[in-house]
Amino acid sequence: MPLLVKRHRWPTRLWHWVNAATMLVMLMSGLMIFNAHPRLYWGDYGANSDKAWLQIGSRGDKGLLVLGRERFETTGVLGLWKDSAGIERRRAFPGWATIPTSYSLADARLWHFFFAWILVGSALLFFAASIVNGHFRKDLLPRRHELGLRHLWSDIVAHARLRFPRGEAAKRYGILQKIAYLSVIALLLPVIILTGLTMSPAMNAAWPWLLELFGGRQSARSIHFLCAAGLVAFFIVHIAMVILAGPFNEIRSMVTGWYKLPEERA
Amino acid sequence: MTITRRRLLAGFAAGTGGLLLGGCDRINALPSVRTALKSAEGLTMRSQRLIAGRDALAPEFSRADLSPVFRSNGTFQPAGADYEAHKQAGFSDWKLTIDGLVRSPLSLSMTQIRSMPARTQITRHDCVEGWSAIGQWTGVPLKLLLDMAGLRDGARYLIFRCADRYGPMPYYESIDLIDAFHPQTIMAWGLNGALLPVGNGAPLRLRVERQLGYKHAKYVQYIQVVAGLSEYGLGKGGYWEDHHDYAWYAGI
Repeated sequence: MPLLVKRHRWPTRLWHWVNAATMLVMLMSGLMIFNAHPRLYWGDYGANSDKAWLQIGSRGDKGLLVLGRERFETTGVLGLWKDSAGIERRRAFPGWATIPTSYSLADARLWHFFFAWILVGSALLFFAASIVNGHFRKDLLPRRHELGLRHLWSDIVAHARLRFPRGEAAKRYGILQKIAYLSVIALLLPVIILTGLTMSPAMNAAWPWLLELFGGRQSARSIHFLCAAGLVAFFIVHIAMVILAGPFNEIRSMVTGWYKLPEERA
Repeated sequence: MTITRRRLLAGFAAGTGGLLLGGCDRINALPSVRTALKSAEGLTMRSQRLIAGRDALAPEFSRADLSPVFRSNGTFQPAGADYEAHKQAGFSDWKLTIDGLVRSPLSLSMTQIRSMPARTQITRHDCVEGWSAIGQWTGVPLKLLLDMAGLRDGARYLIFRCADRYGPMPYYESIDLIDAFHPQTIMAWGLNGALLPVGNGAPLRLRVERQLGYKHAKYVQYIQVVAGLSEYGLGKGGYWEDHHDYAWYAGI
């Protein structure tokens, strides 16, 4: 018999969707902010004459991504692309990926910083709720036996074969799920918030330890960008898993909380 | 501007709705949305000032940390015969005027300003675009100048008028008294042990170290002490604020 179980509590569901929208707005406005100076450096300073570890730009009729000493041609995607009106543009990230679609650093900052407050506020509420309702301890914290290499390996193999847990086992997160969600909640989000604050000159006066922690303002900017890339990678895998595991059931469980347990294999 | 739940929700709905509809730019242009989004600016300013207080210092660095090249941005050569003549004369007749809501208006020559007590600080300049450069600045603390002029009742802001044209009118910027009296806020005439180069604002520029680069007005000729910002320019407190909708508070 298919069995409907209550899978996600309301604070988890609410935060999931608020966070999904917030991170999308922040990612897209962040790409526009990056377009204002499409170079990344390590250390305290970094301007055009200094050595960048990543650059997106164009030369002649080619878009280029320069990563250390490697050069990748990215014509049409990065550095050199056509906007929706077919006009050639020389900006790092294309208009379809940014808020707003045309170049406006002021507007992108407006969106980025407004949603930064929502990101921080909703994350704090979710953290508080998840400590109180036991979500962290009961659902997300890996158990000792789950962290054994054999258990980890068998979960990796099962995922690779697209054999997802069924029956009782499907009520709980698998170890790879726990690691993925915890990486986002306990690592990527806190680091991206703190590196964001590290780029603020007023915060550097208030909390100079932030600069020590991340190795300077330009290092913080680089780490901020890398965390955003990490969140995009998570998003791609997350969506892929939702589709493979049955999008209707997965999305319903994240909207209403109710989840249909897949039947045990015969 | 206070942030109400209604504003927060309106902005949030606009943000997500905009993405779903693919009408981001139209939503971005709505005055109500912009007002809602801008409400975060005041919240950010008040929070940062609460955390940093009036006097927390921007980090200072050592000579070993100096940028090999200090980038010049925006105007790097003001146009006009007047500026050119001052440049040829080594800025000896360049005057800084301070008036408005002050008891004794000042008009000081560069010789006088350079002979005043100076502060030297090695700080990081952060452009709103994302790049940074570390330089050693020498100049007179703005507090000394303001104490000399003596503020009158009602004084709340300082408007800095500059010699460079960056758009339809000469560049200008403004700060409030918290930043004006901050110990690291100086009118700088030296960079890296030499006189300030033209590209970095010769002969005199503002350094307001806890805010982004566009606040650090270059080629300053005139400081007007005022009660509000609405009277000057388009009323938002600076060239970038007026013409490109940049935030007046640039602490982040």
